[in-house]
Amino acid sequence: MAEALLSLHDIRVQYDEPTVLEVDYLAVYPGEVLAVIGPNGAGKSTLLRLMGLLLQPTQGKIYFHGREVIPTDGFAIRRRMASVFQEPLLLNASVYDNAALGLRLRGLDGRTIEQRIRPWLKRLAIEHLARRQARTLSSGEAQRTSLVRALALDPELLLLDEPFSPLDPPTREGLLLDLERILRETGITTVFVTHDRDEAFMLGDRVAVLIAGKIHHVGAAAEVFSRPINEAVAHFVGVDTKLSGVVEAANAGWAQVRLNGGRVGVAGDFQAGEQVLLCLRPEDITLSAPGEDLKSSARNRLIAKLVKIIPWGAHYRAELACGDSRLVALITRPSFLELKLHEGDDAVASFKATAVHVIRRK
Amino acid sequence: MGLVWEGIKQACWLLFTGDAEVLGITLFSLQVSGTATALSLVVGIPLGILLAMKRFPGRSFAVSLINTGMGLPPVVVGLFVTIFLWRSGPLGFMELLYTPTAMIIAQVVIAFPIVAGLTMAAFQSLNPNLRLQLLGIGASTPQLLWLLCKEARLPLLAAIMAGFGGVISEVGASMMVGGNIRGQTRVLTTATVLETGKGNFEIAIALGLILLLLTFAVNLLLTHIQQREQIRWPKPS
Repeated sequence: MAEALLSLHDIRVQYDEPTVLEVDYLAVYPGEVLAVIGPNGAGKSTLLRLMGLLLQPTQGKIYFHGREVIPTDGFAIRRRMASVFQEPLLLNASVYDNAALGLRLRGLDGRTIEQRIRPWLKRLAIEHLARRQARTLSSGEAQRTSLVRALALDPELLLLDEPFSPLDPPTREGLLLDLERILRETGITTVFVTHDRDEAFMLGDRVAVLIAGKIHHVGAAAEVFSRPINEAVAHFVGVDTKLSGVVEAANAGWAQVRLNGGRVGVAGDFQAGEQVLLCLRPEDITLSAPGEDLKSSARNRLIAKLVKIIPWGAHYRAELACGDSRLVALITRPSFLELKLHEGDDAVASFKATAVHVIRRK
Repeated sequence: MGLVWEGIKQACWLLFTGDAEVLGITLFSLQVSGTATALSLVVGIPLGILLAMKRFPGRSFAVSLINTGMGLPPVVVGLFVTIFLWRSGPLGFMELLYTPTAMIIAQVVIAFPIVAGLTMAAFQSLNPNLRLQLLGIGASTPQLLWLLCKEARLPLLAAIMAGFGGVISEVGASMMVGGNIRGQTRVLTTATVLETGKGNFEIAIALGLILLLLTFAVNLLLTHIQQREQIRWPKPS
């Protein structure tokens, strides 16, 4: 892998007594989008402020292009980055003047600023608002202005701190799509902090899961979402079905796990007697009525009681009880209506052995 | 009412004829209070910013002192500055008592807590994330402070007005440390007290009106600056 653009080593941030952030190592590589996800209060913003050199760690080192950042370098390096925050705090001036602020702070002349700003105003679809006073903007327009202000700086590292969270869904989706396109086309190295799994999955090349101030899992987005490293990560990335069990038998890349409500076959090398947690994403579980001939290659079938059915956008979310285990399945509306299942009915939950991600329990 | 009307006529007469003594007192008042306000800004604004933006041991105590200082009675300030500058006092060797410098010192003591306290409140009213956002797009520390001052310009100018208003109108401290010496340390307020004591109400009213007009003119200018919408950008670094 290429040399990290920025990396954190043995970082600890402490305000008074509690440790807010504890990161052994985290790096962002040139050209990638690293999405940092975690629940509220996990330390995401603190992490981003550290990366943006806006906060001094209580202990640890930060490297930029392989060189340790010392306090006297902070300002010069900070000028090679740009941050966009959740709340787009704009000055009491026009959209253009706000967008140009970072360039003005660097002493660029008016013509150069115009040349740098105009394309970004156009790209983020706010060129027509250039002369408008910032205080008259909607939150979506204000966030677009804030993005132009950062992108026009042509930063080596772009830091985005939940820029979409204050926006309503249609505005958020529009801006998210625009940003995805911009990041893909420009290849700007980006660290993107969010608590929204969909945003992280959509924008992130790699995803880091931050829970209670600690990085639990860093990996390719698909890997983190489908093969979470532990129960906390599984819970946060949306693995709703977590089944506790014991390996009964294991043989050549295959194992049988005994659950409270049945038996399940899983892929992988295990030893009999191992305590495991089986993780399943809701979209990997198929539902059918008992006795129905299922046209599926899924080998695992559990009889479960349908506890709750919730409309879930274009889907139905079905919660099932199997012994003391709880399963969650996501089914398309047409499929669900065809099944004619109701709360309280028995149903068969089917899934492939390869869809099960197994976490070994210590 | 006749007395007031006579006073107003006298004031107009003194103003339009350009009475040398009144003009001298007016300019001297402006000079003393203007210098004191300027020095208060130099001390009070950085102190206010520091108290608003930094956390350090003893900060709460310092804030309490500043808040108490905002209501300091000028007579008490005059008393302590007099004691300090008295011939046998700690700073007696400087021989500043009954000089304009002594008056400026006393007025700075009155004005700087007002400026510091209101500056602190002005900066605390800004969104704390604004500082991070400005640093996050590459503002240097002087640029950051300039931009924050621009954003807080309405309450900051109110702080300047309050500081100037506090010292141009005080009489106790100026009287005690200046001595109200004709042609040397006499200002509008002390002159008004003197003329009232002598029963020269017309002149006292005239001096009072001039004081009011002066205060109004300075505040009008500051209000004009305060209410302007244009933003001036900081110098690049």
